[in-house]
Amino acid sequence: MSDTLLKTIFGRLTLESFPIHEPILIATFAMVALGGVALVGALTYFKLWGWLWRDWFTSVDHKKIGIMYMVLGLVMLLRGFADAIMMRLQQAMAFGGNEGYLNAHHYDQIFTAHGVIMIFFVAMPFVTGLMNYVVPLQIGARDVSFPFLNNFSFWMTTAGAVIVMASLFVGEFARTGWLAMAPLSGLDYSPDVGVDYYIWALQVAGVGTLLSGVNLIATIVKMRAPGMTLMKMPIFTWSALTTNVLIVAAFPILTAVLAMLSLDRYVGTNFFTNTLGGNPMMYVNMIWIWGHPEVYILILPAFGVFSEVTSTFTGKRLFGYTSMVYALLVITILAYLVWLHHFFTMGSGASVNSFFGITTMIISIPTGAKIFNWLFTMYKGRIRFELPMMWTIAFMLTFVIGGMTGVLLAVPPADFVLHNSLFLVAHFHNVIIGGVLFGMFAGINYWWPKAFGYTLDKRWGTISFWCWVVGFWVAFTPLYILGLMGVTRRLRHFEDPSLQIWFVIAGIGVAIIAMGILALLIQLYVSVRDRERLRDVTGDPWGGRTLEWATSSPPPEYNFAFTPVVHDLDAWYDMKSREAERPVGGFRDIHMPKNTAAGVVLAGLSAVTALAMIWYMWWLAILAFAGIVGFAIWHSFDYDGDYHIPAEEVARVEDARTHSLASTKPAEA
Amino acid sequence: MATTAAGTEAPAFYDLDPHEHPAGGSTMLGFWLYLMSDCLIFAMLFAAWGVYGSAYAGGPTPKELFDLKLVAVNTAMLLFSSLTYGLAMIASDEDRRGATLGWLAATAVFGAAFLGIELYEFSHLLHEGAGPQRSAFLSSFFTLVGTHGLHVTFGLVWLAVLMVQVARGGLIPANVRRLQCLSLFWHFLDVIWIGVFTFVYLLGVLR
Amino acid sequence: MSAHHDAHGAAADHDGGAPHGTRKSYLIGFALSVLLTAVPFAIVMADGIVGPQTAAGICMVFAVVQILVHMVYFLHMNTKSENGWTMMALIFTVIVVVIALTGSLWVMYHMNANMMPGMGDMSGGM
Repeated sequence: MSDTLLKTIFGRLTLESFPIHEPILIATFAMVALGGVALVGALTYFKLWGWLWRDWFTSVDHKKIGIMYMVLGLVMLLRGFADAIMMRLQQAMAFGGNEGYLNAHHYDQIFTAHGVIMIFFVAMPFVTGLMNYVVPLQIGARDVSFPFLNNFSFWMTTAGAVIVMASLFVGEFARTGWLAMAPLSGLDYSPDVGVDYYIWALQVAGVGTLLSGVNLIATIVKMRAPGMTLMKMPIFTWSALTTNVLIVAAFPILTAVLAMLSLDRYVGTNFFTNTLGGNPMMYVNMIWIWGHPEVYILILPAFGVFSEVTSTFTGKRLFGYTSMVYALLVITILAYLVWLHHFFTMGSGASVNSFFGITTMIISIPTGAKIFNWLFTMYKGRIRFELPMMWTIAFMLTFVIGGMTGVLLAVPPADFVLHNSLFLVAHFHNVIIGGVLFGMFAGINYWWPKAFGYTLDKRWGTISFWCWVVGFWVAFTPLYILGLMGVTRRLRHFEDPSLQIWFVIAGIGVAIIAMGILALLIQLYVSVRDRERLRDVTGDPWGGRTLEWATSSPPPEYNFAFTPVVHDLDAWYDMKSREAERPVGGFRDIHMPKNTAAGVVLAGLSAVTALAMIWYMWWLAILAFAGIVGFAIWHSFDYDGDYHIPAEEVARVEDARTHSLASTKPAEA
Repeated sequence: MATTAAGTEAPAFYDLDPHEHPAGGSTMLGFWLYLMSDCLIFAMLFAAWGVYGSAYAGGPTPKELFDLKLVAVNTAMLLFSSLTYGLAMIASDEDRRGATLGWLAATAVFGAAFLGIELYEFSHLLHEGAGPQRSAFLSSFFTLVGTHGLHVTFGLVWLAVLMVQVARGGLIPANVRRLQCLSLFWHFLDVIWIGVFTFVYLLGVLR
Repeated sequence: MSAHHDAHGAAADHDGGAPHGTRKSYLIGFALSVLLTAVPFAIVMADGIVGPQTAAGICMVFAVVQILVHMVYFLHMNTKSENGWTMMALIFTVIVVVIALTGSLWVMYHMNANMMPGMGDMSGGM
């Protein structure tokens, strides 16, 4: 009796589900638990819980949500990078008689988790966080279109990350690779909870991503400052618009594919099975229809950052703005026409393969045009080698190589040789680290002073920069070479000892990158510590050109006391050069949305539903899902979602800024 | 106001006389964008139907399973519900709360009838051993039609909540906006159903 | 309230508000949909009036027309609401749907033809 009772209550969760036999995981758990206890203790000791809850967790302010996304991305970067170190160490060790230190079961989870975390919970939060923070400021808006939805989206993304992290200590993660290809991810070959963790983490986070996409499109379309026509929109906002269009038109595809996979696993349908008419290749086909646009979802915002940075730090208007916009639009459409290049080897034949090979080569043209535009912007410019600009130059040098190896892979016959080799692994790390990550670092260094009112320390930033760039090339050049020699990806053990030296070099590269991450953390610490030394009271430390630099740093809750009126593409540069005066009186009440705990509650219930589904605790899943529906309905009866900041309060904040501006800037004639 | 400093022309750089934006000005666009994303979920389910629609795996075929008369009645239910929803919207435009609620109730009845018939069809198929596990054809059939049915279910729950809200709060702007969103949702499901009855049922039987 | 304010507010209402139907437009839409639904059902249910190929063609054409009817009369699609952004979103979605649908069918058809000749209906005319 007790056995069935336990099964009814706990589903397939048993004591064996806790990996107490894996010393590595126990040690990790001990560390995480210790760190967690320390963090909770510190928050309690310094009585910060209320502050955290009121000012951050329940905040609907796009700036705070943006910062929370960045924190999430940074925390998950550490987890994903720990996985990378473990893989590199294993591959550098496991030759001949040496089995390395990871068993196959564990190793397979690590490479899957590494990919999933880096794409969904590092790159995506970074990209979304940056767009969230910057876009409303750039278009002169007070918040996004749907501030509550924004908070909810963030917490759904976080819930997804929590689900992935839970798999580390309860049960296991998928052992399928980051796209969980069928039929390996089907119930026949992966009967354990790993793939279910994967599915539910992505579904929960996917809701957040999709809604945030809808939110930002509506914001950009509806809330631009007066005078900001589409062709006067800052280029980062343009890249955000195209990115979010891609999100809204691609993530539903992932949702649908994963739903079909779940039906295969939970209901016993035959979409991707080998029997009864199922076809695993359809999974490959559909997931890449999402997967390729996803690549552009990650890189387009980075392109936007580089455009802003290049123009600011060369002190020139962006070269070829119009062509930049058209390049973004062309990429947005073409992103949907290249997906098959991920599986040329599936066997669709010459006609299909040549079509997708050609479209893939075509899509490199607008990207190339953008590179030339950045170069022409720099040409004869007065370049200031601040950190954002350094990351931008490193990006151009690195990304071009990555792009060219990509075009190489776009040739179907070449792809048949290089498919699933380490050459491919080197290629996509080349574009994702050299493009997306460098872009995010450029963006963080560029907009940090806007968010916090002081710049980031340049010395540690430079150290981090060089470690990353050098480490990247030391880590991935060997993988290109190994790939050309025919070494395939995701291997845990090698027989041929002549290959070992390359893996050792790659391991050294990862160690250098680790120093880069350490230097980044030190840079953050030093900057916070020395914030008075690094203080910027002007709100415009770089001589910026777009509207986010027109307000104080950090901006007030309402961003702009009066909405700016735009007359030029570089609106703030235009205002500065025509000596527009900041209004110092006549403030009005400002209408703002109220904070709400609904996002946290709904996302929490979603995480519970997901975990219950993963472990087959049906009663809990039903209960938690009913909770979601019930709470959402209850929440919809609350019509009172906003309040007014009184004019006196606005005047107080703005007067303080007037004083601090006057104290730094000697009165101009 | 001294916002425009020296210069030949003196454009305004700040909007000093702001007016309050009407609340919820982005709602309709945002909801439409959500519907577009939903449309893509259905697109993939249709793609699956296109690939698996004839993967019978030796099991029953559409000709043996589908009862077109039932589907025709079902389609009629959904069409009626679309008309009644439209009339509810017109009543709300004319600010007639009672008529709005009446037409919404009619919509709910037709919607529920649609769901009832669909559930009857599903249970009938399951009874005949033609469940979603039988073949890829049936997997994709149940998933596509079932997803549409789930949307209708969700729409009905929403409709019920909205009727309570309109009954309690009247046709205030916030409620009218919600009615318009649900209107888009409801008519959107109708459009999806056109694809379902054409490609799944009619073309399935013709195959 | 200044005159400027009022003018602006009215303009915002025009491009911001959802387009409305009239009783007449709903009834026209309804009548057209009934017709466009009934004909394909009748053709398929009266087995063998026309060949299956022709019947399928008629069904698909009627479906497309009916979708347009619903878009115009029920969803009130036009190029003016929300300054054309809803129409833009719709066109983009249609493009992506067409690419994903036809692309999947094309890719999978060729895959089956090449890799599994002679198996099932999908193997094509080999």
